[in-house]
Amino acid sequence: MECVFGLVGDGFALIAADTSAVHSILVHKSNEDKVMILDSHKLLGASGEGGDRVQFTEYIQKNVHLYQFRNGIPLTTAATANFTRGELAIALRKNPYFVSILLAGYDKDIGPSLYYIDYIATLHKIEKGAFGYGSYFSLSMMDRHYRSGMSLEEAIDLVDKCIMEIRSRLVVAPPNFVIKIVDKDGAREYGWRESIKDAGVAAA
Amino acid sequence: MSIFEYNGSALVAMVGKNCFAIASDRRLGVQLQTIATDFQRIFKIHDKLYIGLSGLATDVQTLYQRLAFRHKLYQLREERDMKPETFASLVSALLYEKRFGPYFCQPVIAGLGDDSVPFICTMDCLGAKELAKDFVVSGTASESLYGACESMYKPNMEPEELFETISQALLSSVDRDCLSGWGGHVFVVTPTQVQERTLKGRMD
Repeated sequence: MECVFGLVGDGFALIAADTSAVHSILVHKSNEDKVMILDSHKLLGASGEGGDRVQFTEYIQKNVHLYQFRNGIPLTTAATANFTRGELAIALRKNPYFVSILLAGYDKDIGPSLYYIDYIATLHKIEKGAFGYGSYFSLSMMDRHYRSGMSLEEAIDLVDKCIMEIRSRLVVAPPNFVIKIVDKDGAREYGWRESIKDAGVAAA
Repeated sequence: MSIFEYNGSALVAMVGKNCFAIASDRRLGVQLQTIATDFQRIFKIHDKLYIGLSGLATDVQTLYQRLAFRHKLYQLREERDMKPETFASLVSALLYEKRFGPYFCQPVIAGLGDDSVPFICTMDCLGAKELAKDFVVSGTASESLYGACESMYKPNMEPEELFETISQALLSSVDRDCLSGWGGHVFVVTPTQVQERTLKGRMD
């Protein structure tokens, strides 16, 4: 029941993801962050099998950092997307990772971009995309309301519309979502949309 | 559902008078869901040689990268472009290497020989070549394409008429196939120029 979706706006790209960590019928936690900040200007929203998701995204993050240490300049978003696809493609016929990824980034001379990389290593550059059961609702909402070059307010409004749709129409809808954006000032968390707050751990 | 029908595709190549045309649809889907409507399936190997790859999108991308690599190496060693017949044998060999774990792709190769004689061929996912003098088809819409091409094709067409014929054959066939469509992409190659055109058909 995972939902990850993203879109490109005017000078920024954003990714929204649900924050439930689920095992069969049990919700382990409702504040699991599935959108990783890869480096200063890249976001990686991942959905898929739990262990694979964390392992694979951390592996990509460390390799992106390694490139920057070795070469003194950061990878472009397109290069990161192709590297990620390559790793998934090599693993596909050996020990596949069941992780689907939306990669958002901002490059100085190119602007914002969003890449769709599914778990069998299909890569495509897109303006709006989604994974998981929530995609059936968020893609349709985005088809209706999205247009190129939306402002941040309009884009957040669209994200809220998608979240409302998922909450009202998906049978086991995740209660909480996190929204992260990346623009010329960097990648950062924009906000949360919570309907259930995790109870804090009581002091012993 | 078959792995060849996971992403959906339609490809056709036709021979004209000292020219050829190769056309594809533009849909990238994941079974019933459409992800993108601008996916590229036809790739340029050199000015007079194009390859279209249908089937699983991840293997389309992997296979194209491997073929581009092999052709660049050939160009460096031989200091000339590959002949279409040679390239077809290369593709066939690459596919058969993976006999017991194949790439789920069906290529369509179209090229112009040194003497401006057009060459087209297709092969299955294991590299069994099928040479043809008139047209070759591939993808989820292949059965419709066979019918449309058989009735619309005539030999020795000039480039303009060839473009019309291949476009009509492609659009009418993908209209009967739910997994392919969302427009078309047509390349018409003559000894002096390449014309690339995008078609707008039923966008569904």
